[in-house]
Amino acid sequence: MYISDVKSGGTMSRLSLAVPANVLALGAVSLVTDVSSEMVTAVLPFYLVLSLGLSPLAFGLVDGLFLGVTAVVRLAGAHLADRLQRPKLVAGLGYALSAACRLGLPAAGGSAALIGAVVAADRTGKGLRTAPRDALITLSADPGRLGQAFGVHRAMDTAGAFLGPLVAFAVLGVSGAYDAVFVVSFAVAVLGVLIFVLYVRDRREAAPPPASIRPALALLAEPRFRRLCLTACGLGLVTVSDAFVYLLVQHNAGLATEHLPLLPLGTAAAYLLLAVPLGRLADRVGRGPMFVLGHLALVAVYGVLAASGPFWVVLPLLGLFYAATDGVLMAAAGPLLPPGLRTSGLALLQTGQAVARMVSSILYGAAWAAFGPVPGLVAMGVGVVACLSLRKVVR
Amino acid sequence: MRRGVILLVAMLVLGGGATGYILWSGHPAPAAGRSTLDLAKPGQILVRDRATGLIRGSSTRCDRFHAAHGTGVCLVAQPGAMATTYALVLDHAMRQTRRVRLAGIPSRARVSASGRMISWTVFVTGDSYTGGAFSTRTGLLDTRTGNVTVTIEDIPLIKDGRRYHSADVNYWGVTFAPDDSRFYATVATRGKTYLVEGDYTRWQARVLRENAECPSLSPDGRRIVYKKRMPSGAWRLHALDLATDRETPLAETADVDDQAAWLDARSVMYAKGRDVWAVPADGSGTPRLLATEASSPAIT
Repeated sequence: MYISDVKSGGTMSRLSLAVPANVLALGAVSLVTDVSSEMVTAVLPFYLVLSLGLSPLAFGLVDGLFLGVTAVVRLAGAHLADRLQRPKLVAGLGYALSAACRLGLPAAGGSAALIGAVVAADRTGKGLRTAPRDALITLSADPGRLGQAFGVHRAMDTAGAFLGPLVAFAVLGVSGAYDAVFVVSFAVAVLGVLIFVLYVRDRREAAPPPASIRPALALLAEPRFRRLCLTACGLGLVTVSDAFVYLLVQHNAGLATEHLPLLPLGTAAAYLLLAVPLGRLADRVGRGPMFVLGHLALVAVYGVLAASGPFWVVLPLLGLFYAATDGVLMAAAGPLLPPGLRTSGLALLQTGQAVARMVSSILYGAAWAAFGPVPGLVAMGVGVVACLSLRKVVR
Repeated sequence: MRRGVILLVAMLVLGGGATGYILWSGHPAPAAGRSTLDLAKPGQILVRDRATGLIRGSSTRCDRFHAAHGTGVCLVAQPGAMATTYALVLDHAMRQTRRVRLAGIPSRARVSASGRMISWTVFVTGDSYTGGAFSTRTGLLDTRTGNVTVTIEDIPLIKDGRRYHSADVNYWGVTFAPDDSRFYATVATRGKTYLVEGDYTRWQARVLRENAECPSLSPDGRRIVYKKRMPSGAWRLHALDLATDRETPLAETADVDDQAAWLDARSVMYAKGRDVWAVPADGSGTPRLLATEASSPAIT
């Protein structure tokens, strides 16, 4: 099975760059899939408004479905993956569903309701695949090197997100037709599914599959996993959404609104560059300290924004935050989970964090409206520090 | 090995198919026919051709278009990582007299009946992390003074007798009154939309009623046709009599997501599906097809 990788883990230092083939395959699938999905994300507003003539409000309704769908599906999909003990099957279904949605967009014609349904189906696909994919990564790498494995995966994923819009606008420039963008996006997505089917190996564990959703919830009774979930959710509540960060950067720097879409690229660049080195460092110094470091970078982001400091520092710091926390959190959680419930556990953690961040957006938005941007930032910053210092105390 | 062959073959097939589709779908550059349009000639119905984007009878390509009394406004989008729109002001012979650069995607365009005032709405999407978030930016251009109001969102707004403050106000879909100062528009705030009446000269606005978007004022200034959101989620055209405040649903029962334009004193025209239709503005009659494969109707 995977003895070769475990063995190479013994002769650490020199060979420590070696990444398990399955992780590379999953990274390649994510890269290709992200090219495909970001292509659509980039042109969708133009398509809906210019080509279909949707009004802003109708667009908002279509776009709003992007959110919320994933959380429920993620938990259900994870349960299914554990129950069947076939994470590859469930993740594959998720990739295939999203690929099919690429053709659904032109097929939906001018109907806003149908387009909304296609967008929701696409998000369902994403919800289905995330947790089983992370479970496959967890099971494919040596526990001592999970930080690196997740770092490699997240870096490849981000690279795809970078390329997507470039490909999309290049296709649009050549053909001038939105359909062409969707067809190319579909071809790319099919390629992703194919790489997944051909190169990703399923990982099964000899464990009794859970009969119901209850054992997954019982995971929270396990002290170390519970503490991780509480920490992640608590910090999620005080993580100011990227959207607000970019708005503040734009505001502080006096940038024109049209430059707003470029700001996430700065963060993504830092994330791309730092994901692997920080993942590796986390394996060496511990995932906990790396997680703390990442959140200190977040506090620094708040500080710079609150003080109207140099805006160009903010984007790399935010990238550092993601690189030090996103994959690292999964790497920390993986080994804590019992066989048979791995996917459910990761889904629980991801969903909790996502819901907490959604609540945080609402809270911060309200605070901004009431008191302006700064008091909310200060409160959130204090919250991060409080969560970090409390995390040892929580049982 | 076998996997590699399968993948290679698949890449060739997918790559070939995608390339073929790009080439096949690419629109041939439409022959730049001589523009025979004269916006100063009254009574012409103008529409934008969906296939080419050209205003029919001209060589001008627009994403949104409107014209009145010898003046045209043409919004042209430049898709890209930064969405840019150019608002082109056109003279009676469709020649560009002014170009205003805007950030966003074109949504609405309007010229006042006298041709003096111009308004546009562009639409700005957030980045991909902010699902559901959007904002609009509505601007005005006074062709007599040359003044451009980049956004009207700082206009003092009165709602329920009091000055209304909210960071989330979004305006769209302006229509001008015959005096070239008064206007009507939609404002959205806290999840609701309202019809507002504004005044360009006095620079203030007040809320008239809830749930009325993309107003279009009749040539006599006494009625407004707008789209009203129904419980089903669809939009239906309604007419409001400003004197009696009575609202009448028009005979068009389909979902219409457009800012109507008055065809004559009695009826309005609007894009429905891929075509332009007209319907009486008093709730009587039935919709009739005006132009196929068209949008952005206007009449000179």
